[in-house]
Order: sequence, then structure tokens, then C-alpha cells
Amino acid sequence: MSVMTYIGAIGAAQQEAMSADERVIIIGEDVEANVYGTTGGGKQRAEKGDFVEQFGQNRIRNTPISEEAIVGTAIGAAMTGLRPIVDLSYSSFLYMAMDQFVNQAAKNRYMFGGQSSIPVVFRSAMFYGLNTGAHHSDRPYPMFMNVPGLKIMAPATASDAKGLLRSAIDSDDPVLTFEAVPLWGQKEEVPDEEYHIPFGVARTHREGSDITIVGISGSLPLALQAADEMEARGVSCEVIDPRTLVPMDTDTIVRSVLKTGRLVIAEPAHRTCGAAAEIAAIVADKAQHALVAPIKRVCALDMQVPFSPVLEREIYPTKERIVAAIEAVCADQLNQVNRRAS
Amino acid sequence: MIDGLSLPKDELLEMQRRMLRIRLFDERASKMVKRGYIPGTVHTSIGQEAQVVGACMALAKGDHMTGNHRSHGHPIGMGSPLGPLMAELVGKATGVCKGKGGSLHLADYEVGSLGESGITGSSIPIAVGASLSAQVLGEKRVAITFFGDGTANQGVLYESMNLASAYKLPVIFLCENNFYALSTPSHTVTGGRIVDRASGFGMPGVRVENGQDVIAVYNAVREAADRARRGEGPSLVEVMTYRFREHSEGLRINVDYRNAEEKALWTSRDPIILFRDLLIEKGIATADEMDAIDAEIEQEVEDCATFALESPDPDVSVAFEHLYTDDYKLENVL
Ligand SMILES: Cc1ncc(C[n+]2csc(CCOP(=O)(O)OP(=O)(O)O)c2C)c(N)n1
Ligand SMILES: [Mg+2]
Repeated sequence: MSVMTYIGAIGAAQQEAMSADERVIIIGEDVEANVYGTTGGGKQRAEKGDFVEQFGQNRIRNTPISEEAIVGTAIGAAMTGLRPIVDLSYSSFLYMAMDQFVNQAAKNRYMFGGQSSIPVVFRSAMFYGLNTGAHHSDRPYPMFMNVPGLKIMAPATASDAKGLLRSAIDSDDPVLTFEAVPLWGQKEEVPDEEYHIPFGVARTHREGSDITIVGISGSLPLALQAADEMEARGVSCEVIDPRTLVPMDTDTIVRSVLKTGRLVIAEPAHRTCGAAAEIAAIVADKAQHALVAPIKRVCALDMQVPFSPVLEREIYPTKERIVAAIEAVCADQLNQVNRRAS
Repeated sequence: MIDGLSLPKDELLEMQRRMLRIRLFDERASKMVKRGYIPGTVHTSIGQEAQVVGACMALAKGDHMTGNHRSHGHPIGMGSPLGPLMAELVGKATGVCKGKGGSLHLADYEVGSLGESGITGSSIPIAVGASLSAQVLGEKRVAITFFGDGTANQGVLYESMNLASAYKLPVIFLCENNFYALSTPSHTVTGGRIVDRASGFGMPGVRVENGQDVIAVYNAVREAADRARRGEGPSLVEVMTYRFREHSEGLRINVDYRNAEEKALWTSRDPIILFRDLLIEKGIATADEMDAIDAEIEQEVEDCATFALESPDPDVSVAFEHLYTDDYKLENVL
């Protein structure tokens, strides 16, 4: 095991995949100079591990600023023998290529009766909470969850990012990755050997018996902090990260709620029609009899992202908001603890 | 430069066969829409056969093609057998896409047909991608994408042309200029000539003024394909042609947006009759030989319709297949 950052893990997965399979290429804006830090040994191009030096310009290509053409070209290349990784940098830029995601990537295999497979990965990062203003801060993964035919991963830790990205690159279906920039610097122990994490398998970060907390992407560390705090106050928290949103391991979440009877879901996307809404609906459907309290969602508010740091802070889930949600549905436990204490 | 007329006789006759297949297939499809055998609607390529076949015949085995909503001619031009195409239009299990695509989404990977597109412009970058894979993998194939004059005003075309030119990709952008985007006369919504846009991207642009002449189309596309195969990059080919029927079958537009004179002029330039006459005039084939080809294709189309109508419906379980390559479990399957 060695300690790696979240962004380092993404670079490492790309490096391994490029070495393992000649058909893997990386295209995107500014990938040759490693501007976003996932196509080189370090931030600087000259550092050892530079992808252009290792793999050559045939397989690492800067593109024009043409998101629609880049995405469509990658789809066509995937349908005819390559396994492209497209670095779209900011998740907010996916909208430029919406037609290609929705009408080509997601539909071609289905419409053509299985004649094509489309092994392509579209990487993008959610630059939220970083004072980049409304045009660069989106967390749009729920929009794409509404497009059957796409697979979606939203890892929250370094080891998950690495193992899931390898699976994404090896998958024969189009995968969208939503990386959380606030987590880029977070470190975790990562296995030294190559490994894959299957899609559709949730990770239970801690076990507990009073409440299930689902933390997605950048909200996972906050959920874990909230769980620590509540544990100290006598509430036993189970914290689950689904890791992939399509397919989603709802079984693990439902099983957990059958045990705890309570559910709080935290995610950085908007509340309306978000991943949390979908999880809440599935749990209401499959574990309604076990629920002893309403399901609470802690999401980004349904509003645009303001620029000023003072303003931006207000809109995303925080540890405090998650704690407040837990308090609201765990009043019984907290009262008991208080009674015992007094 | 290769002159199509110097091609071996069997290839020239094959051009006529493919044009006839498109004509008779689409005439039959039109009737089958009217009689309710084909659900939904279809867009015929009747009148544009030379533009389609001249282009497809200029390609080689292993090349790729993406098309648009005027969707039957392209796979037929690439050599796709008619039975599974017609069965697809009818929605049968034996359809080339197992009954899941329909008229607008024909694809036959056996002949390099990567897919037609109901969304105009959407399949243009897909062909660029097929040419990128050829370049990266060092394979000598080329790709072609067909789009209309109306579609030529979509931004995705220009992103694609620029990318292809910058990377010197082996791809041909073929504009099927039939003067109208549905009911809208092209010149009223288009600035300048489409072909002139090529030079802005540093690629050759040629306009085939007589797109009813299959050899003229062949020659232009053959040159673009040879150039692409030599590694010299993409080309834009604009072919002037005309659709003889309404935009789509069953569509009734009360405003007479195409006048009778214009229609009469163009229908007098029937690409199939023109080519037949040319082959006979040049002494390449006899009238009897050409008659025999007519009869042969008439039979083929008769057979494809019978095949389509007699084929079984798809099993309902097929609706739930092919969303992903692995056995992903749908929530709430019926
Ligand atoms: C993105 C998109 N916009 C609009 C349409 C509706 N539509 C279908 S065909 C068509 C006209 C296309 O004209 P052109 O590109 O010249 O092709 P033609 O039908 O003349 O062959 C329109 C507007 C569509 N299918 N897709
Ligand atoms: Mg047109």
C-alpha cells in the first residue's frame, strides 16, 4: 500500500490503462501539458512520468475547444476500435455536448440492436466550493442519471477513484466520471498492484445501528465527520457511499435501512430530482415498513452558485447541516442519551 | 484522377443495381407506410440515388459511413441486403437492428454502416471518430458522413470539420444539397455557398453541379477518398441534387414551397434513366442487359417485402436488451 491523493490516483489509473492497452488514448483540451494534473508524473510536464513522452502524441492529443465534436469523435472512435478517455475538465462543459451524450453515446448500442459497443470514458471534475462562480461550479451528474445507456461513477476517495476508473476504462459501455475537486488533495492508502472496483457495489465506510447516512462524492467526508460527532453523542451511524450512481447498489442501502430504520442522504447536487431523491424513493418503496422517521435529504439548494466565498458556502451540504438532519430524525436516541446523562 | 466510366463493367452495373434498389425499395416503403405495414414515417431518397450511390461506390471494403434521417439509401448504397432493412422498417425480429431502430436508425455494421441519425447533424462527429481510430491504429480506411443542406448550418459540422482538418483525418463530409430543409428553401437561411466553407478549414471543397450523374459524384468522392487514404486529410463534397417526393411520406404541406416548373425540370433528370442511357450510348451495356437488371432488382424488392411481412414479430424481451454490454438489471422491469 502507498498513500496517494485522489487526483494522483486518477492519473495512476490512466497511466496503468494506457500501458496495459494500446487502444486506450486520452484526448481533451490541454492534456498534453498536463494542465489538470492527470496526464503526467506531476503538475509539470517535464517531470518524470509525462504521458506525451511515455505514450506519444498519437495517443495523447490536445483537442480544439469543441466539446460536441470531441465527445462525438470519441464515441465514433470507440465504435471502431479505440478505447478513448476524454478529459472534459469541468463538469459544467458537458452541456456543450449534450446531444452526443444523449443521442449517440447512450442510444447507439440500443437502437442498432447491439451491433455497437462504445467503450469510452468521459472524465469531468466538479469545481464547486472554489469560488469559480456560476459557470464553472456545477454538479450535474443527476441529469445524466436520467439517461439510460450511460454509466456513472462519482468516487469520494483515492482508492475508489483509482479502482473505479480502471473498471470504467475496461468497460465496453460509455462511462461518465464525476470527480470532486474539493477532494483532489485528499489522501488514502491505495494498493500498489493494479486493481479494479466493480460498478454497482457500494462501500460501507462505517457500520452502525441507529441511522444510515448515504454520502455521495464530496459529501462523503462530511457525512463521516457528522457520524463521528453523532457517535460521541450516542447515535450509532452507518455510512455508505454508493460510489457508482448508474448502476447503483441500492440493495446495500435498503439492507442498511432495514437495520437502522432511519436515512439521511447527503450530496453536492441540487435537491430536485437528485441522486438523493432517487435513493429516497427506492428506500420508501422497499423499506417503508422499517422506517421510523422521515427520510432527510441534505443537498445543494436549488439555486445558482454565487461568487463571493461568503455566499457560496451557504448552498452546499456541510457537516453542520448533516448533523442537523441526523438530529431531526434521531430525536429518540438523543433524548435517551440525555436522560441517561441527567 | 480516376474516371468512374473506366471502371470494370460489373462495377458500373453494380452502380445501376444499387440506384435501382434504393428507388424500388423506397417506392415500396412508401406504399407500405400508406397501407399501414410500416409504423411511423419514412424519408425517401428517391431522386437522390446518384448522389448516394456515387459516393458509396467510391469507398472500399472496411470503410465506414454515418448517415441521417434520409436513411435507407445510405446502407443500401453500402451494399446492405434489403430483407433485414425492410424488416427493420416494419419492426420485425429479423430487422437489421432487431426491430429496435426503425427507418431513422438503420445500421449494418457488416457493410460499414455505423448508423443513420434521426437528429440532424448528430452522426457527423461519429464518422470523424471512425477516421480517428483509423489514424491512431494505422489502418488505411476512410469514413464518410452524409448530411443535408439544412444540416450544413449546424455548429457541430464546423467543430467536426475543424477537428478533422487539424488532425488530418481520413474523412469525407458529403453535403446532400437538395435545395430544401423540409419546407425551407436553403438559400433563405444559408449565408454563402456551403462548398466555400471548406476553404475556411483548410480543406478542399468540391461541388458536384450535376448530382444526378452517378459518375460525376463517384469521381469527386473517389478523389476525396484517395486523398484521405494517402493521409492528406478530409474533404468537403457538396452534391447538388433533388428529392422527387415530399420531405417524408404522409406529410402534407399546404404551402407550395417548390414550384411545378422546378419539380418538372429536376424530375426530367432521373439519375437512373440518365445512367441507363449513358451505359447504352457508350456501348458498355445493351438495353436487354439493363432490362434484365431492372427485372432482377424488382424481384429483389418483391422478396424483401415478403421477407419483412412474413417475419415474426420481435420477442418482447428484446426491448430490455442491448442497453449495456453486461447484464445490467433494470429496476422495475414490467
Ligand atoms: C436537430 C434536429 N433539428 C430538427 C430536426 C427536424 N428535421 C428533420 S429533417 C429536417 C430538415 C433537414 O434538411 P436537410 O438537412 O437539408 O436534409 P433533407 O431532409 O433535405 O435531406 C428537419 C428540420 C431534426 N430531426 N433534428
Ligand atoms: Mg435538404
